[in-house]
Amino acid sequence: MSDRERMQAARKQGKPCVTICGGSGCRANRGLEVAEAFRNILKKKLLGEEVDVRITGCQGFCAQGPLVVLLPMDTLYVSVTPEDVEEIVTTSIEGDSIVERLTYQLPGTKKRIFRESDMPFYANQHRLIIAKNRQMDPHSIDDYIAVGGYGSLVKAITIMEPDEIIDWVEKSGLRGRGGAGFPTGRKWRACRQAKGYPKYVLCNGDEGDPGAFMDCSIMEGNPHSVLEGMAIGAYAIGSNHGYIYVRYEYPLAVENLRIAINQAQEYGLLGDNILGTDFSFNIRISRGAGAFVCGESTALMASIEGFSGEPRAKHIHTSEKGLFGLPTNLNNVETWVNVPVIIDKGWQWFANIGSENSKGTKVFSLVGKVKNTGLVEVPMGTALRQIIYDIGGGVAGNRRFKAVQTGGPSGGCLPTNELDLPVDFDRLTEAGSMMGSGGMIVMDDRTCMVEVARYFTKFLTRESCGKCTACREGLLRMDELLEKITCGRGCAEDVGLLEEVGVYVQTNSICGLGKTAANPTLSTLKYFKDEYIAHVVSRRCPAGICSQLTTFSIDGAKCKACGKCIKSCPVEAVTGGKKVAHIISQDKCIKCGACREVCPFDAVVTM
Amino acid sequence: MGLVKTIIDVKEIEVERDRWALDVAREMGIYIPTLCHHPALQPYGACRLCVVEVTKGKGTWLATSCDLPIREGLSIRTNTPEVIKSRKMTIELLWARAPAAECIQRLAKELGVEKPRFSLRDDLGRCILCGLCVRVCNELIGVSALSFTMRGVERKVKTPFDRASDICIGCNACVAVCPTGHVVSVDKGAVRDIETWKTKLEMVRCEVCGRAYMPVKELEYLQAKLGEQTFLEKVCPMCRKSQTVACLEDVTANKEDIECAVSEYRGMKN
Repeated sequence: MSDRERMQAARKQGKPCVTICGGSGCRANRGLEVAEAFRNILKKKLLGEEVDVRITGCQGFCAQGPLVVLLPMDTLYVSVTPEDVEEIVTTSIEGDSIVERLTYQLPGTKKRIFRESDMPFYANQHRLIIAKNRQMDPHSIDDYIAVGGYGSLVKAITIMEPDEIIDWVEKSGLRGRGGAGFPTGRKWRACRQAKGYPKYVLCNGDEGDPGAFMDCSIMEGNPHSVLEGMAIGAYAIGSNHGYIYVRYEYPLAVENLRIAINQAQEYGLLGDNILGTDFSFNIRISRGAGAFVCGESTALMASIEGFSGEPRAKHIHTSEKGLFGLPTNLNNVETWVNVPVIIDKGWQWFANIGSENSKGTKVFSLVGKVKNTGLVEVPMGTALRQIIYDIGGGVAGNRRFKAVQTGGPSGGCLPTNELDLPVDFDRLTEAGSMMGSGGMIVMDDRTCMVEVARYFTKFLTRESCGKCTACREGLLRMDELLEKITCGRGCAEDVGLLEEVGVYVQTNSICGLGKTAANPTLSTLKYFKDEYIAHVVSRRCPAGICSQLTTFSIDGAKCKACGKCIKSCPVEAVTGGKKVAHIISQDKCIKCGACREVCPFDAVVTM
Repeated sequence: MGLVKTIIDVKEIEVERDRWALDVAREMGIYIPTLCHHPALQPYGACRLCVVEVTKGKGTWLATSCDLPIREGLSIRTNTPEVIKSRKMTIELLWARAPAAECIQRLAKELGVEKPRFSLRDDLGRCILCGLCVRVCNELIGVSALSFTMRGVERKVKTPFDRASDICIGCNACVAVCPTGHVVSVDKGAVRDIETWKTKLEMVRCEVCGRAYMPVKELEYLQAKLGEQTFLEKVCPMCRKSQTVACLEDVTANKEDIECAVSEYRGMKN
C-alpha cells in the first residue's frame, strides 16, 4: 500500500470513530480513563478493528468535560465518566440510539441537545482555528494531512513568491494575537528587508497570563499547524532557522511539538530541502523556566541565548537586531496558525471576517463566574455581551454581572455599561482595558474590584524582572498601597497616590510588562472608584470579600434554618437549630464566605 | 555612518546617526541627571532618571536618553512638565528604597522632592540596582565576579551564592563606580576586605617600603593580560614615583641627558 492509500484507508469515510477530548480540563476530569475504557470495552466486544478511538486536542467546552463525540453520527456526550462507557458502546455504537442523560441539557429547559452545532455555546462561535482540534489526534501527522494540513505550505513554497506571501498577509489585516496587535505583514516585511544572516523565525509559546490556555490548546491539540505557519513565514522572510519558546509549565505541548517536528521531518515537510525544493527550515524548541517576563520579545530572546529574561529598550526593533543580534521575527502561537488559513483561503476571504481594523477571529479562554467556561473563538468585533451571555450562558449561579477582566495582568476590568463594546484590538484599549492574548474572566457581584487590582499587582511584583526603577519600585509601592486599602488601613490620599504611581509606571517602564502593569489598577479606579472610596472612607468592602472590612451575619427574616451554613463553616462559628434563625458568632468568624456560598435563600449578608 | 537631522529642545542640529541622545544633549549644555550611566560602559537604561520626551511622526512618549539612538525624524524635549514629574517620582522611589544614600537625597532635593511619600526601607543598604558594579566588572574588567540574582523586588547584586568570590581580583572598580557608596572595600593591613561581597584578598607588599598596595590576584590578572614582564618589581606607586624622581634628579636641563636617563631607566626594567 502506498502512503496515500494507507492514510486514506485509515480515515475511511463513514468509519465509526470515538473521539475523546484530551485537553487539560478533560484530562483532569479522568478523560484519559474514559478513552482507556472505550479501548478496553471495544476490544472486549471484538469491535477494536471496526471502531477507532481517538484522543484529540481541546474541544473547548471545558465546563462540560470530559467530551466524547461519536462519528460519523456526530453525537456529543458531555461529562462522561469511565463508568458510562459501557452504556455508550451498547446503546450508541452497537445500537443506534442516544444515551439521553449524557447529552447536553439546555439550561432552564428540558431540551436535550446532542449535536455540537445545535448548542448555543458552539453555534455562536466561529471556530476557524480551533474546530480542527476535534478532528485529529495531535500525535498523527496523517490526521493533520487528512484534514488539509500542509496544503498551504505546499502552495506557498511551490507556487508563490516570498514577496507575494508577505503581500497577502499584509492585505489580510492579520495582527499579532499575543496582545500587542502589531500588523503581522508589516513585521515580516521589516524582517525580510533587514540586513543580516541567518534570520530567525520565533514562536512565542510562553502564554504567561494566569487563566489563559488558548496557545496551550493549539500547541497541544494541533502542533502541526504551528509548524506549517512558521515554515511559510520562514520562506517568506528568508529564514532557515526557527525556535518555538514554550513555557516550562507546558510539558505536554513540548512533547506534542517534538513528535510533530520529527514526523514532519520524516515526511520531508521540515528540515533540509523541504519537498525537494531549495528551501530548508529547521525548528528547535526552547523551554522557559517559570518567568512571565519571558513572554516579552526581547526577554524571550535573551532567554533563548542563555541569559536571564531581561527586556531591553526597543529603539532598535528585533526585526532589525533580535536573537543573537540578528534579524528576527517573533509571532505568537495563534498568529502563526492563522497563516496557513490565509494562504489556503486567500487574503480577501480572511479580511471579510472581523471588524474594520481587526481582521479574522480571536480565541478566548472564557473563565470565572460564567456558566460555560472553556475555549471560545469568535470573529473580531463580537460584542462582550454576546460572548458572555450567548456563548457563555451568562453569569454562574444566575448572580449579577459586575465586570469582565480581559487581557490578563496587562488588561483591565470593564463594567456592565461597557458590555456592548466590540472585542477587538482598539475598542477595548480605548476603554482602558485591552484584548490582550485572550484571557476573559467574568466577575459577579461577589468580587471585590480592589482585591482584583491587588491580585494582579502582586502577581506582577513577583514577575517583574526588576531591572527598571519604574516597574520594580512602582509596582512594589502600588502593592503596598493596595494591601493597606484592602486591609482597612488606607485613606483617601492613598487612593490618589496609587493612581499617580500607576500612571508613572505606565509611562516610565522599559517593557510591555511594566507599561501595562498598572492597567488592572487604573481601570478599576476608573470604573469602580466607589469601591475604593468605600474601603477607605466608610471602611467597608461592598462585595464582602476583604475580611478586615466585612462582617458576616444572617438575616433572620430570610433564614429558613436549613442548617447548610452550619455544615459549611470550617470553624463552627454558626449556631442554631430547627426553626431557630441561625447566628454567626463574630468572635469565631474568619470571613471565609462559605456560608454565603451555600445559603439557598441569600440570608447571609455582609456589611 | 552618516549625519541625520534631529531637534533637541527646539534646536535643530545635525549629528552622526545612532549617537546616544544623552551624549548629544549634554554636549549642547543641557542638564540631564543620570545614575546608572557611565561613559566607559554600555548604556543600561535602568534607573529611568534620564528620561526625555521623544516625538516621531504622530507619537510622543517618554524614553531614556542614554540608550536612545539618534535617527532621522526624532525630536526630543528634555524638560517638559511630564519629564520633570517622572524624574521626581523616580528619585522619590529610589529615596524610599535606599534612605541611607545621601547622594540620592541631594539629587531629590535638586529635582524638587521634599520627602518621600512611601515607607522607608532599611534592609537594602544604599543599593539602587543601577548595575554599574556588575557592568564594570563584566564589560570593562572582564572578570564577571558579580551578577544580578533573583527577580523583581527580590533582585539583588551578589557573588555566586552570596559567598566570597574566588575570581574577584580586588581591583575596587565596583567601589569606584558605585554612585551611592553602597560598595565598601577596606584595606586592613595586608588584606583587602571588600565587605559588601564578603571577599577578602591577600595583598602584595612593596619591596621598597613594605606597604601592602595591590591584591595579589589583581597583579596576577594584569600580568596575564599585559605580559609576564609587567610588574617584575613589586614596587608600590609611591615608591615608584620616588624612584623616577631620583632618576631624573641626576639629570640637568639638557634634553639629550634626559632622554638618555629615561632610556637607561627603561633599560633597568629589561
